[in-house]
Amino acid sequence: MSAPILWIALPLIAGGLILVILGERYSAYVGGALAAILALLAVFIPIDTALLIGSVSIKISPAIEFFGRSFELNTADGSLLAIIYGLSALWFFGTEASGTAHRFVSLGLMIVALLTASIAVEPFLYAALLLVMAAMLVVPLLVPLYQRPGRGVVRFIIYQTFAMPFILFSGWMLAGVEASPGDLNTTLQSGVMLSMGFAFLFGIFPLYNWIPQLMEEASPYATGFLLWALPTFTVIFALGFLDRYAWLQNTPQIANAILFGGVMMTATAGFLGALQRHLGRILGYAAIAETGLLLAVLGLKSVEIINVVFLILIPRGFELSIWALALSIIKRKAYPLKFSDVQGLARKYPVATGALIIAHLSMAGFPLLGGFPPRLALWQELSVVSTAASFWIFFGLTGVLVSAIRSLAALVMANEDTSWEWNESWVQTAMLVIGVLGLFFLGIFPQALQPFLSSLPALFEHLAQ
Amino acid sequence: MFTDIVSWVAVAITLISSASIIMMRDWRLSLGALAVQYIAVFWLVSRHFPFAMSSVKLITGWMVIAILGITRMTQTDLETAADTTYPRGAAFQIALMGIVALIAVGAAPRIENAIPGLGLPVITGGVLLIGAGMVHLGITSDLLRVILGLLTMLSGFEILYAAVESAILVTGLLAVVNLGLGILGSYLLMAGSIPFTSPEEEEL
Repeated sequence: MSAPILWIALPLIAGGLILVILGERYSAYVGGALAAILALLAVFIPIDTALLIGSVSIKISPAIEFFGRSFELNTADGSLLAIIYGLSALWFFGTEASGTAHRFVSLGLMIVALLTASIAVEPFLYAALLLVMAAMLVVPLLVPLYQRPGRGVVRFIIYQTFAMPFILFSGWMLAGVEASPGDLNTTLQSGVMLSMGFAFLFGIFPLYNWIPQLMEEASPYATGFLLWALPTFTVIFALGFLDRYAWLQNTPQIANAILFGGVMMTATAGFLGALQRHLGRILGYAAIAETGLLLAVLGLKSVEIINVVFLILIPRGFELSIWALALSIIKRKAYPLKFSDVQGLARKYPVATGALIIAHLSMAGFPLLGGFPPRLALWQELSVVSTAASFWIFFGLTGVLVSAIRSLAALVMANEDTSWEWNESWVQTAMLVIGVLGLFFLGIFPQALQPFLSSLPALFEHLAQ
Repeated sequence: MFTDIVSWVAVAITLISSASIIMMRDWRLSLGALAVQYIAVFWLVSRHFPFAMSSVKLITGWMVIAILGITRMTQTDLETAADTTYPRGAAFQIALMGIVALIAVGAAPRIENAIPGLGLPVITGGVLLIGAGMVHLGITSDLLRVILGLLTMLSGFEILYAAVESAILVTGLLAVVNLGLGILGSYLLMAGSIPFTSPEEEEL
């Protein structure tokens, strides 16, 4: 057995089989259980190390050849795979509670498998192709067959497709830069190409306009999954670039451009999010603001980059899944999620409302919640580099906090004589409560992530030095 | 010498076909022009690729056209999104394509200097299609036309990328991306035409 077969081919095939064979009722449990098993395997069975169980020796080989190129997952990838599949399991189990299990689990498994392949493929540049393929698979989740596609989804397809040529070309040019480092023209051209590619992938200001539109048009749970999965793997891809081409990070102009791009994203998304009157759009802007934080981290010249990035990514999975689940529950009662529609719903959906606000506050960096420790670590690193950047990030996160307070105000604005009800099902309540407890746990005991974080720097050897 | 002449003819075909895709209102003619465009793309890619690998681009392209054509044919009552936000006259579209052609012809020698060995017709054809695709995406909101714009842009990129990267895996993945765009376009064209059925109704 080889690692790419286990963590790429198996979920890809399982996703296809679930789509064909299983009905809506069981797909959430089967898909969630498979993702959880794959996460546990990644934790307990090291790749490329012989394991003796009784008289049986098991060894998962790290690589597989495919059309003359290899897909490789090494020992150091174990923690990353555990995080990815662990968080995916959370999303898949949540589909039952959100009522979107149909197609979500099967396509979701295939998307996660393709995104995992993007980490494994060698040369790593080809990841751009796998990312665009994963983006295409997301579309059937966003647009059900009975709904006309809106502008948001069309823009999403265009931007994701645009990113691929820029990144592939820049990769080829970067190889030229390595061969002749003194050639400033090629360096500049490759830098511009790479920036354009990642600008489309990350949705850097103003290219993120499709996200709020999509949050209005599509299912919040599917869009939330998209906003978790694609930026997560794009960040890992970007880390690969910075690790492979160390001069990118050492060139002050490029590092400043990345930092500036991230700060712009956080500041503008926070500000615009605070002005919204639609709960879905608010989620979209908060997710953009957090992607901006990730980008700002990539622009730092610090050995702590990898730790801070993953310290943000893990709670992000919790925050977005809880928030999107809570929105899905509320949306059934209050379509289309404008403040006027959700007014006073806290008394009818107290658990969903509570979970939504806690996830929102966590994303704003509220103390004791999962989002707080990574933001503290970011500020610690950022304050050394630029006070102005720290201020604008604070400004953006204040915007996220303001939108949380406005959402809370709208949700609790009920008539005094309205009685309290509990309309969430047991499954929904359990999922939301587990998620919220997870956020508190990550906020109070961030050191619990240390076993996962400790081995991640080995994935990006140059960045960690 | 002969291959050079054919290559320039292929460039002329890319210009005419991409301009036709932008200007023609009838989806059948647009898809026909795209089919012709893929023949020119095949020829330009074959300047750097072996015949078998270049033919992958042609076959994939025609498969995408078949998928889109069959889907569109089944939709008799489909409303075409009205592109009313830009000047729609033929003169404007010809002017746009003229600008793209000028940029392609002007940029080709400079790119040839920066990346020697690509060949002027290959660069001109590639840049022309990328420009035409982007122009198309800029002036339309109709779903089928957006997909045609993306396919045109990708064709241009593939012509240029074939000259610098010849890995089989990349060719295969690019073919999958093209096919994926076709299937996605087909799916989105159908979306909205199927009535909603609740899970309870499905079980019945």
